[in-house]
Amino acid sequence: MATSTTERAQRVLTGTHFMLGNYAVVEGALAAGCDFFAGYPITPANEISERMSQRLPTVGGKFLQGEDELCSIYALSGASLAGAKAMTATASAGYNYMQEGIGYAVAVEAPIVIVDVQRCRGENFASQADVMQMKWGPSGDHELIVLAPSSVQELFDFTIRAFNLAEEFRNPVIIMSETTIALMRERLVIPPAEEIEIVNRRYTSLPPDKYLPFKANEEYGVPDFAPLGEGYGAIYSLNPHSEEGSIDWDPDVFERLYKRITGKVTQHRNKICKTQAFKMDDADVALIAYGSEVRPCIDAMEMARADGIKVGVLKLDTVWPVPEEQIIQVANHVKLAITVEMNIGKYTREVERLCCAKCRTAVATKNRGLVHFPEEVYAVIKEVWR
Amino acid sequence: MSQPINPLRKYIREGKLPHFFCPGCGCGQILNAFLQACDELGMDPSRMVIIGGVGCTARIPVYLKGDVLHGVHGRTLAWATGIKLHKPQTKVVIFAGDGDVASIGGNHLIHAARRNLDALVVVANNFNYAMTGGQVAPMTPSQVRTMTTPFGNPEPSFDICELVVTAGATYVAREVTGRPVQLERTLKKALTHEGFGLVEVLSQCPTNYGRYALRSGDPAVTLKWIMDRCITKAQADKLSEEEKAGKFVVGEFVDFKRPIFRGSSVYDLESCECCE
Repeated sequence: MATSTTERAQRVLTGTHFMLGNYAVVEGALAAGCDFFAGYPITPANEISERMSQRLPTVGGKFLQGEDELCSIYALSGASLAGAKAMTATASAGYNYMQEGIGYAVAVEAPIVIVDVQRCRGENFASQADVMQMKWGPSGDHELIVLAPSSVQELFDFTIRAFNLAEEFRNPVIIMSETTIALMRERLVIPPAEEIEIVNRRYTSLPPDKYLPFKANEEYGVPDFAPLGEGYGAIYSLNPHSEEGSIDWDPDVFERLYKRITGKVTQHRNKICKTQAFKMDDADVALIAYGSEVRPCIDAMEMARADGIKVGVLKLDTVWPVPEEQIIQVANHVKLAITVEMNIGKYTREVERLCCAKCRTAVATKNRGLVHFPEEVYAVIKEVWR
Repeated sequence: MSQPINPLRKYIREGKLPHFFCPGCGCGQILNAFLQACDELGMDPSRMVIIGGVGCTARIPVYLKGDVLHGVHGRTLAWATGIKLHKPQTKVVIFAGDGDVASIGGNHLIHAARRNLDALVVVANNFNYAMTGGQVAPMTPSQVRTMTTPFGNPEPSFDICELVVTAGATYVAREVTGRPVQLERTLKKALTHEGFGLVEVLSQCPTNYGRYALRSGDPAVTLKWIMDRCITKAQADKLSEEEKAGKFVVGEFVDFKRPIFRGSSVYDLESCECCE
């Protein structure tokens, strides 16, 4: 029965594992407190659903295989507004379908986590081609938080962070996974449960007759939460709404709402944006990369340094919002910044606008369903660095 | 002398009035019957989650004091699925137009019925897409002229009740705004049903369906057009298929119990009261 099953369950698998990337996402989610998962089959994200269907019910959560991606993404908002920590996983094409539901979650400030395992269009090859859609897919004004893990360990760690950010900012958070790392097996260290930081959304302390579901204490603040079905009488509408939640087309109301729900992310950029620097202290050349592309960049950095070219790597753990200050700081200290990505060169434009007039820029792109080889990155360095 | 106040008004968000429905629209009658049913059952709508997607009917929930989800087209049952799985004790009622639930939301509808999700769907069938200006809908009768079928609707219409019965719904009924007593009685049964319930309410839209299909904006004309085509199940049983063509059979179609959907996992089957 349920109780004994729950008692048997172990939410945090503390220890050292050799684990598939997609499984690491599941373990990260469970460690973060995920108690609702809805998904729809799509390769190469399926192992997330499959493991969730086994693991989640044993710790008291609910698993749903929806009839399509739209069911999954809206079930997430429904469950989240009822108080769940909810996640879905999909791959590029499925992420397309989910856009309207992500837009809704932004509008009603429902904390949800979405894993998008990027693949080539219709095929399961390596790609980072969704980097723009990852952020700009939904219609209307919005801000999304997108994290880019580069390893199995980071798939675990970033999933926990994704839940924490979603709860703190009551906003969808996207884990930008890739075929490459999702289907990779690597060493994974899961710490003891008590060492894992967990953030929960702030519940209202007001009685229902005083509660306003979209009133924040600050201009760019996050409203306190009241779960569905408890008599708080909240209206969660996609339409422009007042602090009470009522549909309201007053331009001032509209402007204030959208300034706050986008501002709560952009104004807290420094807290959300994280990067890692490798040998940047004395670098003349910066390789700026995210996700699996960081790995060949580090190898290329070592190859270049062996030849006397001072190369460093700036790894973007957060892709959206753009870690502007960190990139500007790098641009101020290097002579050349090369953006390395596995698409036709999309994120490059974000980097270039930040580097403008501060350093030279170049791009190493690859759109062949393959991660860069270190030699390819190094070839670009040698070509551009003269 | 003070004005008497409708006793059902305690369930309405005062600040939202006056409502936005057109004069003569059936949505007000559906709302009235729903609240009357809740009141008589002692079920407080303010403790429910009431859901509307997009369209005229989808605005019914925003006048109610309960928790409300609104504003995306056709996804009402997807929302309901997430809410019910995470918080099974929540009463979830969906108000949807025929376009919202049978067209864009059609996939969610049949699968919620198949699973026996514990939620009630009240479908206001006004035979057209009304809020967008009177276009053809999946439940527009054949040959009828709408804004996008100027030569008459060439498509057959859905029978949403038959559709969800076939898909596995456990309470299904059709009523009409012109039979308020029967409508309220039906909603009372549907509200107390455990499992997937759907009540189709034939409802008049004088503004669009009336003006374009029936060539009259008079609400009475639209309502009479509907009522003239309504027959009870007992009457239908005595008619041939030819005689039944173009008629709307009103009444209860199914009412039974089977296991309620709690989530697609072994654990939930173990804990499902209906399976024990």
